[in-house]
Amino acid sequence: MIAIPLSSQLINLFAAVLLLLAFAMLAQRRVVSLIDLFAAQGLVLALSTAVVAWSTNQPHLYESAGLTLLLKVIVLPWLLYRLVKKLDVRWEFEGLINIPTTMLIGIVLVVFSFNLALPISQLASTVTRSTLGIAMASVMLSFLMMITRRKAIPQVIGFLAMENGLFFAATSATYGMPMVVELGIALDVLVGMLILGVFFFQIREQFDSLDLKHLETLKEEPGE
Amino acid sequence: MIEVAFVLALPVAGALLLALVGHRQVAPTVNAIVSFCTLAAAAALTVRVIERGPLLAFHENFLVDPFNVFLVALTAFVGFTTSVFSRPYMRIEEQHGRLTPARLRLYHSMYQLFCFTMLLALTTNNVGILWVAMEAATLTTVLLVSLYRTPASLEAAWKYFILCGVGIAQALFGTILLYFAAEKVLGPGGGALLWTKLNAVRDQLEPTVLALAFVFLLVGYGTKVGFVPLHNWLPDAHAEGPTPVSAVLSGLLLNVALYAVVRCKVLVDGALPGAFARNLMMGFGLLSVVVAAFLLARQRDIKRLFAYSSIEHMGIVTFAFGVGGPIASFAGLLHMTVHSLTKSAIFFAVGHATQKTGTQIIDDIRGLVTISPMIGWGLMLGTLAILGMPPFGVFASEFLILTTAMREQPWATPLLLTALGVAFAAVFSKVQPMVFGETTASRLPLRPAMLPVFTHLALVLMLGLWIPPYLAEWYRQAARLIG
Repeated sequence: MIAIPLSSQLINLFAAVLLLLAFAMLAQRRVVSLIDLFAAQGLVLALSTAVVAWSTNQPHLYESAGLTLLLKVIVLPWLLYRLVKKLDVRWEFEGLINIPTTMLIGIVLVVFSFNLALPISQLASTVTRSTLGIAMASVMLSFLMMITRRKAIPQVIGFLAMENGLFFAATSATYGMPMVVELGIALDVLVGMLILGVFFFQIREQFDSLDLKHLETLKEEPGE
Repeated sequence: MIEVAFVLALPVAGALLLALVGHRQVAPTVNAIVSFCTLAAAAALTVRVIERGPLLAFHENFLVDPFNVFLVALTAFVGFTTSVFSRPYMRIEEQHGRLTPARLRLYHSMYQLFCFTMLLALTTNNVGILWVAMEAATLTTVLLVSLYRTPASLEAAWKYFILCGVGIAQALFGTILLYFAAEKVLGPGGGALLWTKLNAVRDQLEPTVLALAFVFLLVGYGTKVGFVPLHNWLPDAHAEGPTPVSAVLSGLLLNVALYAVVRCKVLVDGALPGAFARNLMMGFGLLSVVVAAFLLARQRDIKRLFAYSSIEHMGIVTFAFGVGGPIASFAGLLHMTVHSLTKSAIFFAVGHATQKTGTQIIDDIRGLVTISPMIGWGLMLGTLAILGMPPFGVFASEFLILTTAMREQPWATPLLLTALGVAFAAVFSKVQPMVFGETTASRLPLRPAMLPVFTHLALVLMLGLWIPPYLAEWYRQAARLIG
């Protein structure tokens, strides 16, 4: 048996934790816990990026790990906590589909992603190539979360988690995008979050709630 | 070199300035002046390209070639005319009590930032930065769509943000895959995302990865172009936002998103032997044309009507690029230009018409021509132009696209012709009674800005009769590039 180097084992471990967290987010109904899970996902992402940087000697990945730590573990969760506190939303009730069904759909999505990623990960020369399937799966799971949730904040957390999955895909397939692009993406995510914060207050002011069922009036009208 | 810097720096400076003074009386004028300066810089850039050919600037990070130079000029031009139109328009909105000074400040500042993001997306040579700029364009327009803070506008903006956000995330995944394929050939680092370098080695890129990347890029940027079935956000965002925003969304943003798709298509065409990308584009294009044409008849809101018409026309352009070849691509580029000019002119006229009658419902707008002949005729001529009546430019491009389709893809011709016929019947029968007949309109407190409408229509008429030689040469060169 060939011994697998420690760094690869660590990266695989982090990838597994990432997938687990994605499932946990899918199952979690409380908004505050959802933010905790999102922060944990960011932390795992930053750690795995740092391990990749260390094991492959890619100094620019340290910067991107630092950026992830700053943005996704500190700034964004803090902003979200503040929003939740100010808007006073603690609980989220039933989504569109009940949770066991959602989890089952999630498993199907994971199998699908692994199959989709297989031909690409065979081409990759990076030590992390086996994790590409996981990255794709966590993108898909976040996507599922966005579809099944009815409230504004969980939808946004799903959106941010999707960005986490994409970032993980970038690190595992290519050792990260060029720095200028990564900075641009980070800026977009941050600005997007700030704009959404403003936006939540507008929705709240207008409808007295963050339930998206109020936002379903614009439909194709039947012809007369 | 310096021209590119000016084209990009002026809107940013304008956004900062208007963030400070955007609520003052002079703000609309400042907005128009800044847009005019951007237009002047874009004109200088255009002259530079005419004289000395394509340029790569700032360590190859910016590229201006025949494919994007006319789009840069078009974006700056429509950006300027829209700012001229929005001068009286936004003042009237304020007097009608729909806007506060603080929101006007937001509007002016975001308008300039939006122009900046589009110009950045057009001029950048880096596929990653192209993505960043497209995402930034979504973010700046979300706040513009929800400017009135009505329930409907908030809903439209939320839908826009979520749908385009998810779409653009797919495009990011596509970009990652593209980089993954490129890195194998070009080595890691910033160079592997530069479009010119990718284009030079495009036949060495891994075909399976590129095929998958293109699917993600097409779906991602395609959401922003408004391809059916990803078009849901588009009519809402157009109908609920302020009219100048509808004009730039339809006239410019859709073009820029399609530009991103076509840049990626060029790379995929080189890597894949078959017609994979072209078939996908033809499929999406044709589906958009047909579905949008049949949905036109059901619209009761005038801005939604023309939003669906935009989906239809972007479908026609996408179909043309999908057919490929020198004539179809030439016609596609021409159609992008004339659609952008005509559609923004129509939105200007529609904007003032809805202000006069206080409603966007088609049935309640009647007899525009009796109280204000300028608005009435502007709307009528614009509608005729967009429906493809000769001698306007839309006729020329649609004619070229149809004749090429007959030769290259005969099966698609009946579908296209039916869709165009249905669209004509639907739109004309709705607009005709709006323009003629008994009136319900009232006077506006300020003189409407009709100059932009007729300038655009005159240009569309000119492009139908005579295309300036250098423009035709760009179209030809760009068509060769697109393939």
